[in-house]
Amino acid sequence: MIEFFSAVAEFSFLQKALLAGVLAGVACGLVGPFIVARRISYIGGGIAHSVLGGMGAAYFFSNVFNWNWLHPLYGAVVAALLSAIVIGLVSLRAKQREDTIISAIWAIGMAVGIIFIMKTPGYNENLLSYLFGNILMVSSHDLWQIAGLDLLIIAMVILFYNKFLAICFDEEFVRARGINVEFYYLLLLCLTALTVVVLITVVGIVMVIALLTLPVAIAGYFTRTLWQTMILSTITTIVLTVFGLALSYNLDLPSGASIILLAGFLFLITIFGKKIVAIFTSK
Amino acid sequence: MNNSHIISANNLSFSYNGETVLENVNLTINENDFVWIVGPNGGGKTTLLKLMLGLLKPKTGSIKIFGDSPQKARRYIGYMSQHILLDSQFPVSVLDVVLMGRLGNGRSVGPFRSADKEIANEVLQQVGLLEYRQKQFSQLSGGQQRRLLIARALVSRPKILLLDEPTANLDADSEKDLFELLKKLNKELTIILVSHDPAFVSDFVKRVVCVNRSVHEHPTTEISGSYVSEFYGDQRRIIQHDKHLEED
Repeated sequence: MIEFFSAVAEFSFLQKALLAGVLAGVACGLVGPFIVARRISYIGGGIAHSVLGGMGAAYFFSNVFNWNWLHPLYGAVVAALLSAIVIGLVSLRAKQREDTIISAIWAIGMAVGIIFIMKTPGYNENLLSYLFGNILMVSSHDLWQIAGLDLLIIAMVILFYNKFLAICFDEEFVRARGINVEFYYLLLLCLTALTVVVLITVVGIVMVIALLTLPVAIAGYFTRTLWQTMILSTITTIVLTVFGLALSYNLDLPSGASIILLAGFLFLITIFGKKIVAIFTSK
Repeated sequence: MNNSHIISANNLSFSYNGETVLENVNLTINENDFVWIVGPNGGGKTTLLKLMLGLLKPKTGSIKIFGDSPQKARRYIGYMSQHILLDSQFPVSVLDVVLMGRLGNGRSVGPFRSADKEIANEVLQQVGLLEYRQKQFSQLSGGQQRRLLIARALVSRPKILLLDEPTANLDADSEKDLFELLKKLNKELTIILVSHDPAFVSDFVKRVVCVNRSVHEHPTTEISGSYVSEFYGDQRRIIQHDKHLEED
């Protein structure tokens, strides 16, 4: 551990990686609790995977037409927002076969992305970093973009916390209060989409959903209200990313997978720890 | 139109996908009424409630609340929804739930104001849950949860209280507590309650309206002693489904 922190002091790529982890923790901690409470992590998974379509397209066009301004992150934002709105409308309007349509968007997005990436000339090491994340490759430019998305997410959650909470708890009641439930539900999914984009740089598309739900599940064991869950899951995510990075640095393991394994491990400890405490206190 | 009619439905009809759910409904509700809306599943009870809430629009005819459209009269109505919790561990405190009733009342963005919290505390006191306000919603008993949902409906200071199946899955004692509370509230509020329980209604309900595509009002007649009180432990009334009251 000490070895890792002395390396952090020395290498700027590790500093950037840690900063990305902190920024991701904030987005995750603010949006994750809504997704878990509303039980829409499957929607989060759908949005995350379909993002590959946007990233692949942006990667293809920036290489083929030399559009250097077209960073894959822009493609990710557009694809994430688009699929959030489509999936959101489907889940609001078509009550049947909602899961089928989400699965379709999930798979089609990935298929589009894979085709674009494979048709891009040159060697495509990017596909792997999109899928599994590469926090050690985060640039200053990426950090500024992630920070911008973070600020937007923080502002939205502060402004609309009460409405998001009420809609997750009891949609029908909020509708009867004369509030536009559809609008706020779609807004919440759009925030989920932006969070997914932030997290992709850290753990990649495939593992986003774990980082969006596991810290919340862990925090949920120790908190009573949603804002408490937000604070604790933000801290949990940051701690997990730091230790996951240290683990991957010391043992030369892939960073994204290390973070997720650590999260899964902590989740299991929490469940069993709670059970054991319950057994001892009941005696 | 009589001024004491706070809700009036005139030739109200509604249909879902071409299937008629409500047909030619005429109904007036007066101030401080305690109306029990009964009827079979799919008979249109909830549809009638949603029309009163302005969540649905009538196909033909009209419904007026204090002489206005339900959308405009929303602030006069407190609604207790048939709440289905998606997540039993939902991280929300008792105070959080009550405050949801203040949505749409004041400022539309940012945190609740201290005035909102004061009203929430008053209402929690009224339903006897003030000491639980920091507890998690899921830690409350079934009866306490229902009282909390009534508190959430009261916190917007309504004149009419609409309740959708408030007693579903409640044990007899909690049900009795709930009705004691409603009886107290009825001194200041008009109460409209929807339930599928067709036969027995508590003895302080003033009117029983049966909804099954069309709407009929039944008289309630007391039955003395007998097996009903043996089963329920208190005095109830039985609705005579064979007799209809004339339109007033």
